[in-house]
Amino acid sequence: MQSRMVELETRNQDPQGDHGPQERNYILSLHDVLMKKSILNYNGGCVVAMKGKNCVAIACDLRFGVQAQTISTDFKRVFELGPHLYIGLPGLATDTQTVLQRLQFRIKMYEMREGRRLKPHTLMAMMQNLLYERRFGPYFVEPVIAGLDPNTKEPYICALDLIGCACEPADFVVSGTCSESLYGMCETTWQEDMEPEDLFECISQSLVNAFDRDALSGWGAVVHIIEQDKVTTRTLKCRQD
Amino acid sequence: MAVEMAMEPDYMRDPRKHHFSPYMENGGTSIAIAGDDFVMIASDTRLTRGFNILSRNQEKVLRLTPHTMMASSGCWADVLTLSKVLQDRITMYSHEHNESMPTTAVAQMLSTMLYWRRFFPYYVANILAGLDEQGKGVVATGASVAQIQPLLDNQVAALNMKGATPPKMTKDLARQLIHDAFISAAERDINTGDGIIIHTITKEGKTEEMVKLRRD
Repeated sequence: MQSRMVELETRNQDPQGDHGPQERNYILSLHDVLMKKSILNYNGGCVVAMKGKNCVAIACDLRFGVQAQTISTDFKRVFELGPHLYIGLPGLATDTQTVLQRLQFRIKMYEMREGRRLKPHTLMAMMQNLLYERRFGPYFVEPVIAGLDPNTKEPYICALDLIGCACEPADFVVSGTCSESLYGMCETTWQEDMEPEDLFECISQSLVNAFDRDALSGWGAVVHIIEQDKVTTRTLKCRQD
Repeated sequence: MAVEMAMEPDYMRDPRKHHFSPYMENGGTSIAIAGDDFVMIASDTRLTRGFNILSRNQEKVLRLTPHTMMASSGCWADVLTLSKVLQDRITMYSHEHNESMPTTAVAQMLSTMLYWRRFFPYYVANILAGLDEQGKGVVATGASVAQIQPLLDNQVAALNMKGATPPKMTKDLARQLIHDAFISAAERDINTGDGIIIHTITKEGKTEEMVKLRRD
């Protein structure tokens, strides 16, 4: 999602502004682009979700930082929204919290009005609506949804970009500062129809090895394995640097 | 009036900025894995410029000496220049010393040659692989590093595997890892694909294998 960067810096006006080439406001300098400087990467963090056989898994790291400085290492960015429904909100931490609050409000309104539980697919639609409302001043989060359909118990995963363009693949979704590494790991380790234990190993190894090569995420991980009759949440022990 | 403007001396005119961008990113990914008695070095065969594919069949591994090879990716013009100068100096060495240049000496020379251009560097990421005094390192470089390196950390160095020790590196295992890593990279990175060429260097000599990758 490099194309949707925000304006971070405006070059100072030329002091002898009446001559010289027209100064332009530029979106990002070449250096910033090469360093992948974006509000989305300001606090760091990543989320991954995977489908298994009658189960889904969603996992995130725990780092909260301000660029290179680590502020805390217990910042969860995956949240439970219902019995079999989880959302991960990697991106700008303030927007993680705002989007979560606004989403919880909308879900409560939906469930009161409709008198039934929210389906993962409906959550995706709700998320699209919430994000696209801010099309030209977006929340800087790229959510990942994982859950089981309350009626059919069908596994569901999806990822959205910061303005709500959804992607519902059959295997796995990744999001956050080490998404490229996560793609590489998931692409090799993921297999079809994994049992919950295998799915746990797969998602944990993918996440931990991916974020160990990223300075902006890591410092612990939380993994949720969502099955029909139970949800298992584990905190992983990993390198702290 | 117009004539008067044209006659204006240079220093009276508006300053104009000219840009010079001598570099280009031509992609390319390379992996090298060392075992006890062999090294394997592989690169993909795709050469790109932005969203264009310049070649589907461009090898990026250079044969430097009978037991040393180098994979280079980055700015292709710089790869060509660097390899030309490097080859020349290796030839000069072999003429002067009457023996082929050892891998460690090539490594040292490469380091010096790259640092010589400290302020106008060759835009090239290199992996040098050879036989003598070899370590057990494993590295990837180039366009798809992000996708490949964590996988190698996990599968070769056995990082984050409780109670596991790094596996004994055999040629079969190394080949399989390189193949899997490239398949995954080609799946997600547009700069990697088409094919890979895997070179194996042992005491007995060198072998070469071509494997196909997805071409889209």
